[in-house]
Amino acid sequence: MQDLLYFFQQLINGLTIGSTYALIAIGYTMVYGIIGMINFAHGEIYMIGAYTALIAITGLAALGIAWLPVILIVALVCAMIVSSSMGWAVERVAYRPVRGRHRLIPLISAIGMSIFLQNYVHLAQGSRNIGFPALIEGGFRFGSADSFQTSISYMQITIFITTLVCMTLLSLFISRSRIGRACRAVSQDLGMANLLGIDTNRIISATFIIGAALAAVAGLFLGMYYGSIDPLFGFIAGLKAFTAAVLGGIGSIPGAMLGGLILGVAESMTSGYLSGEYKDVVSFGLLILILLFKPTGLLGKPEVEKI
Amino acid sequence: MAAHNLKHALFCAIVTLVIAYPILGFNLVASGTDIILEGAKTRTVILVLLAAVAVFLFQLFRDNVMALLGKAPALNPLANRQPMEQGKRLKLESIVLTLIIVGALFWPFFVSRGAVDLATLVLIYIMLALGLNVVVGLAGLLDLGYVAFYAVGAYTFALLSQYYGFSFWLALPLGALLAALFGLVLGFPVLRLRGDYLAIVTLGFGEIIRILLNNMTSLTGGPNGIGGIPDPTLFGMEFGRRVKEEGNTSFHETLGIAYSSEHKVIFLYLIALVLAVITALVIRRLMRMPVGRAWEALREDEIAARSLGLSRTAVKLSAFTIGAFFAGFAGTVFASKQGFISPESFVFLESAIILAIVVLGGMGSQIGVILAAIAVTTLPELAREFSEYRMLIFGAAMVLMMVWRPQGLLPMRRTHIELKAQE
Amino acid sequence: MLDVQNLSMRFGGLLAVDQVSLDVQEHEIVSIIGPNGAGKTTVFNCMSGFYKPTGGKILFEGKEIQGTPDYKISRLGMVRTFQHVRLFNSMTVVENLLVAQHRHLNNNLISGLLKTPNYRTREKKSLDRASYWLERVGLLELANVEAGNLAYGQQRRLEIARCMVTEPKLLMLDEPAAGLNPSETRDLNQLIVSLKEDYNVSVVLIEHDMSLVMDISDRINVINQGRPLASGTPDEIRNNDDVIKAYLGEA
Repeated sequence: MQDLLYFFQQLINGLTIGSTYALIAIGYTMVYGIIGMINFAHGEIYMIGAYTALIAITGLAALGIAWLPVILIVALVCAMIVSSSMGWAVERVAYRPVRGRHRLIPLISAIGMSIFLQNYVHLAQGSRNIGFPALIEGGFRFGSADSFQTSISYMQITIFITTLVCMTLLSLFISRSRIGRACRAVSQDLGMANLLGIDTNRIISATFIIGAALAAVAGLFLGMYYGSIDPLFGFIAGLKAFTAAVLGGIGSIPGAMLGGLILGVAESMTSGYLSGEYKDVVSFGLLILILLFKPTGLLGKPEVEKI
Repeated sequence: MAAHNLKHALFCAIVTLVIAYPILGFNLVASGTDIILEGAKTRTVILVLLAAVAVFLFQLFRDNVMALLGKAPALNPLANRQPMEQGKRLKLESIVLTLIIVGALFWPFFVSRGAVDLATLVLIYIMLALGLNVVVGLAGLLDLGYVAFYAVGAYTFALLSQYYGFSFWLALPLGALLAALFGLVLGFPVLRLRGDYLAIVTLGFGEIIRILLNNMTSLTGGPNGIGGIPDPTLFGMEFGRRVKEEGNTSFHETLGIAYSSEHKVIFLYLIALVLAVITALVIRRLMRMPVGRAWEALREDEIAARSLGLSRTAVKLSAFTIGAFFAGFAGTVFASKQGFISPESFVFLESAIILAIVVLGGMGSQIGVILAAIAVTTLPELAREFSEYRMLIFGAAMVLMMVWRPQGLLPMRRTHIELKAQE
Repeated sequence: MLDVQNLSMRFGGLLAVDQVSLDVQEHEIVSIIGPNGAGKTTVFNCMSGFYKPTGGKILFEGKEIQGTPDYKISRLGMVRTFQHVRLFNSMTVVENLLVAQHRHLNNNLISGLLKTPNYRTREKKSLDRASYWLERVGLLELANVEAGNLAYGQQRRLEIARCMVTEPKLLMLDEPAAGLNPSETRDLNQLIVSLKEDYNVSVVLIEHDMSLVMDISDRINVINQGRPLASGTPDEIRNNDDVIKAYLGEA
C-alpha cells in the first residue's frame, strides 16, 4: 500500500512537470514543423517569461494587491506579452535573415541568441537564483496520517488544468482559425503556400509568438513549482522540452504533449527511485536512444531521403 | 509606403520597449526572505528609451539606410581585390607562420609571469579550436559536446597521476588516445544522425559526462575535483623548489641557477606551444590527404560521396575521433597547468566558447581560428570591465556573423591540389 | 552479371515499383524507359543501395545485394550517376576524381602524415588516372577549375568520368542526356558506346531521349506506373503495341 502511494506521488509529480515540458515543447515542435530549425533560444524565452511573471507578482505585491486570481492573471498576461514580443523579435533579428541557408547556420545563430539572452538577463537581474513565491498553497492528501501520504497540491491541479486549457485552445486555433489553417499549409509546403498568396513571413512570426506565449505560461508555473529561478534555468528546461518534442515526434503537436508527459514521469520516477542527480542523465539518455532508434518519435511521420 | 513604414517603425519601437523595459527597468532584490522590486538607475531607463527611439528611426528610414549601406562596400578598397595566386599565398602563409612561431618561442623570456600564464591558456584554446575546426569546419558536423573530450583528457591525467603516479609525459598520449577512444565509441552510433539532431545529441553526451564526473564522488571527487596534479618534468628534472619524486633532480640545481617559479611557467608555455604547432601541422597535412578530401566531399554532397564508395560513418568518425584526440591533448595540458580540475571547467559554456572561436575565425581556416582564439581569450583579460559583457558579446557576435558573414572573419581558402601539365 | 527479380518498393501506401525484373549481361547496354513517374529512378535507388527494396531480389555476379549499404555496392563495382548532377561543387575538377579513388588509396593515416614513398606513388597513380579520364572526356584544360563553375554538359561528363576512375564493372546512368544539346548528345552517345567497347563496362541507362536509347541499347525494358510493360530489342520495343499505347495514350 505504502509503495503504491509512493508510486502515485511520483506519477503525479511527473505529470505536473511533464505538462509544463509539453507547453514548452509546443514551441519547438511548431517552429520545427514550419521552418525545420531547432529554436535553440526557446528555453531562454521561457526563462524570460518566468522573470517577467516574478516581476509582475512582486510589483503587484508592492501595490498592495493580494487577490490571487488578479495576481495570477496579470502575471500570466505580462509574461505572455513580453515573451511573445521576445519570440517575435528573435525570429526577426536572428532567424529570418539566415532562413534557407545551410542547416548549421540558423542553428549557430540560435545558439548565439541563446547565449545572448541568458547573459542579458544575467546582467540585468544578477546571476543568483531568486525565490519565487508559491502563491497557491494547500492540497489534498491520501493515505493514513502515520505513514506515507500521497499529496496533490492545488498548485499541481492548477498547472494541470491550465495546461489542458492551453492545449485545447491551441488545437482549436490550429484546426479552426484562418491563421491556423495557413500554419498547416505552410508546414506542408512553404514555397507552395507562398505562391498561393499566404504571407508566409506572417505565419512564421505567428508560430514564434504562439510558442513563446505558451512557454511563458510554463515559465510562471515552473517558477512557482520549483520555488526559485535563475538566468540559467531556461537552458536545461529547454533541452528537456526539446527532448519531449523529439520523443513525441518533432513537428507533431499531440506528440509534444505525449512526449512531455512521458519525459516528466520518467524523470520523477528516476528521482523517486534512484537519485535526483541522475534525472538529467535519464532524460538525455532517453533523447539519444530515441534519436538513434526511432528518430521520427512516437507520433511523427517517417521521412524518405530524397535522392 | 510611408504610412506603412511609420506603422511598422512604431510597432518595432514598442516591441523594443516591451522586451527591454520590464527586464532592465526593474531589479528583483532579495531582502531577507522577501523579494522586493527596485527601479533601475535613471541611466538604464534613458538608455532603454534611446534604444527604442533608435529602432524607430532605423525602421522608419530603413530603405534609405540600407541603400546607403549597399553603397558602402564600394568604398572598401579591399573589396575588389583579386584573390592571391595559390602558390604565392602558400608561401606568404608559411613565412608568416614561421615568424609567429619564432616570435612565440622567445617572447616569454621578456614578459611577466602572468602574461606567459595567459599565453599558455591561449595556446590550449588554440589546440581546442583547431581540433573542433576539424569536426565543424572541415567535416561539417556540429559538435556541441566537444568539451567532454577535453574533460576526458584532463581527468585521465588527474586520475592516473593520483592513483598510479603517472607523469605528464606518460599521461599526455594516454589522455589524447582515451579521448579519441571516447570519440570513437560515442560517435559510432550517433554520426548517422542528421546535422541538427547530431548537435543536440552531442550536447546531451557532454552534459551526461559532466553530470557523471560530478556524481561519481568516490572516483573523481565530485564537485570538489582533483588536486595535486604534477607538473611536467624535463628529462627527469622537476621545476619545484624541492624534488618531490625520488630519482628526479631539480631543474635549477642541475643547471646551477637560482630557483625561480617562472621557469615552470615558461616550460609549460613552451610545451603548449610545441603541442599547438604539432596540432596545426598535423591538421594541415590531413586536410590535403585523402581523408581530408573525403571530409569535404561528404560535407558538400553526402549522397554523391556515398555513391562513390565512401562510408558515411567511417569518414565522419575519422573527423570526430581526430577532433577528440586533440581535445584530449589540450585537456592534459590544462590539468597540468592548473594543478587542479573539477567539473566546473567543463560546462556547456566552454563548448560554446570554443564553437564561437571556430565560427568567428571562419570555419575551416586555421589562421583565422588561431587569431580568433587569441582575441577571444585575451580581450576579457585586457579589459576587465569588458569581461562581464564577454558572453553577451559572444552571443551577439555569433548571431551577427551568421547573418552577415557566415564564412567567418578570415574565410577558409582551401589549398587545391593542382594538376600540372604533363609533358 | 546483374539480375533483378520481381523488385518491389513500397512507400507507405504507395507502391512505386511493382514486380520489376531485368537482367544485364556482360558487355551490354540495357535501357530502362517509361513515362515520368514510372518508377525508373526508384529502381536505380534500390539497385545502388540507397533504398532497401520491400520485395524481390537483386543479384550481382551471383550474389544477393538487395539491402546492402550504398557505399558497399559501389565498392562491388556498380557505380551510378544522378538525374540532377551531383558534383562536389567547391572542389576542383581533378579533386572530384581524386575523392572517387579514395577507396583505392590506402587509408593509413600515418603513412600519409609522414609522406612515405609508398604513399606518394599511390597519390601519383591516382592523379595519373584522373588526368587520363579528364583527357578522355575532354576536360583536361579545366582540371583546376572548381566543378561548380563548369557548364552543364561538362558537369555531366565529369560525373561519368568520376564514376569511371573507380573502375566499375557496371555503370548506371540516370538520364545522362537530360539538358544536353544535340551535338553534346552525340558525343555522349559515342562515349557510352566506347565505355562498353574499350573498357568492357556494362551500362544500365535511364533515358528519355528515344533516338539515343534506340541507337545504343542492346535491350530495352519499359516500365509504366511501376509495373514492367515490355522488354526486348529496340526493334521489338518500337513495334510493341502496349508501349505505343502507353506513350501515345499519355501524349
